Amino acid sequence: MSLFKERQYLRVHVDREPDDSLWMKCKSCGELVFKRRVRENSNVCPSCGEYFFQTSQERLESILDPGSYEPFGERLAANDPLSFTDSRAYQERVAEAQAKTGLDDAILIGRGAIEGIPVVIGVMDFRFIGGSMGSVVGEQICRAIEASIADRRGFVLISSSGGARIQEGMFSLLQMAKTVTVRRRLAEAGLPFVSVMTYPTTGGVEASIASLGDIIIAEKGAMIGFAGRRVIEQTIAEELPAHFQTESFALERGQIDRVVRREDLRSELAVALGFFVGAR
Amino acid sequence: MTDERTLDLLEAKIEELRQLNAMDGMDLSKEIARLEEKLAVLRQDLYSNLTDWERVRIARHPKRPYALDYIASVFSDFYELRGDRIVGDDRALLAGLARLEGRPVALLAQQKGRTTEENKERFFGMTRPQGYRKAKRVMELAERFGLPLVSLIDTSGAYPGVESEELNIGGAIAENLQTMAGLRVPTVAVVIGEGGSGGALAIGLADRVLMLENAIYSVITPEGAAAILWKDKERAREAATALQMTAPHLLELGLIDGVVPEPLGGAHKNPAITSAALKEAVVHHVNELAAFPLDQLLAARYARYRNVGRYSARPVTDS
Ligand SMILES: [Zn+2]
Repeated sequence: MSLFKERQYLRVHVDREPDDSLWMKCKSCGELVFKRRVRENSNVCPSCGEYFFQTSQERLESILDPGSYEPFGERLAANDPLSFTDSRAYQERVAEAQAKTGLDDAILIGRGAIEGIPVVIGVMDFRFIGGSMGSVVGEQICRAIEASIADRRGFVLISSSGGARIQEGMFSLLQMAKTVTVRRRLAEAGLPFVSVMTYPTTGGVEASIASLGDIIIAEKGAMIGFAGRRVIEQTIAEELPAHFQTESFALERGQIDRVVRREDLRSELAVALGFFVGAR
Repeated sequence: MTDERTLDLLEAKIEELRQLNAMDGMDLSKEIARLEEKLAVLRQDLYSNLTDWERVRIARHPKRPYALDYIASVFSDFYELRGDRIVGDDRALLAGLARLEGRPVALLAQQKGRTTEENKERFFGMTRPQGYRKAKRVMELAERFGLPLVSLIDTSGAYPGVESEELNIGGAIAENLQTMAGLRVPTVAVVIGEGGSGGALAIGLADRVLMLENAIYSVITPEGAAAILWKDKERAREAATALQMTAPHLLELGLIDGVVPEPLGGAHKNPAITSAALKEAVVHHVNELAAFPLDQLLAARYARYRNVGRYSARPVTDS
């Protein structure tokens, strides 16, 4: 464990504002670091190893071979099947998240290559309503899996999600059933699914597609679990053990295969997928 | 505005008059008839236009029939199978074999407790990984022997606890979904009370999904949604409405296949009538599904779940 900086979870600065300066100050070690170097280093501080939040676009850039990413053709956006309004209208929340992130919804999917191995990849984005899985995320995961089957490529899903999207009610819950149903076809086609759990992989995403990888890899600093910490604390009325729902907790209890540093994720995926190239 | 208490008082009054009527040979039948008519009107008034929140309260009513009540009345010869073969036996999710009008079926049933003691044993009806893994074992058993699978769903959710996470409750739910998605036998799920999120869906990915009239099925409890979205637990009533978690709403949204009628006021007002209606519905759907060739059954199940969800194409011009 001494390889890794001791830290319970990755610190997520979700509202990170883009600005034009070339330098940034690391919140962990206080060093001024060159932004381009941080970005080239998978958003890991080159000075102390602190992980900065990575957007889905940045993840694709740090995992896929340069220039290999091709997004899927049709763009989908959330419908509002329940005409849902809480303290704000759901449609407003979606529009704001779209404007803030430049995404259509909480996932990017497309084709690409990892060290020359063709894949279909999906990357969830926590900035978009907590990375929650509603109808669009569920549909896009299914389309990604179907493209994997059509192209005979492996499928990689990088999860970063608090769970189901409350504002779509039962439509969201049923995305768990939907993604799992389509995932079976990938298995029947003899194609590999590598699930990568990052900060956070919880709730309905953890309890469906993310837990069904042929190989499950957690990124150092991930949070992995079904129920939220507060809910558990309220239920059992006691403090939670150290490292509860961290990647090391999941690894020790046999829930995942491997833990990987973000800087090593690309080569890790290439190695894992490499075992299946030419299989079947 | 009528409330349940007024009805209870009136019912008690009628009962009292009946006893007097029998005892003294007095003729109170006119008075009794008048009050009964009044009771019927009040009852209709109170129960025929239930709000979503009133249905939530009926779904959670402490006198509502639970799974074991239906197991005794809808099925015969329940033969319980216990344990996940690894860690233990979850008393909040019962599994076993039974007969449905003579036809052997496999049965999964979430069971709440009535007494403090029983609730302790059953974790307030919240299923743990041990329960989901036992369910998976019995799903596979059903498949091996071609038995239709019937699930009775009634849980506020999967049990949130340290042990649950240690035993990978999320993974257990995911495995159950994957198993049910491909199960080579007919499957019918009925929400009889509360359908609490992934904890309910884990035995609910079925060919036919039914709900009792006053059952609820939701991605999150109204209290949970109120706390997260309204930042105010007291607004559960609004959340319940916004989430469209009642049987009539979910039928209209096309997410369930049928609503099993309950007597006015809820299943607890007349468990026998509710059981009869539930039995009729389950028998009907099991028989119908059993008549399908297996490949058609699986294709229909695939299409149903592959296509669930509502989204729109986003024009490329705006971004
Ligand atoms: Zn640093």
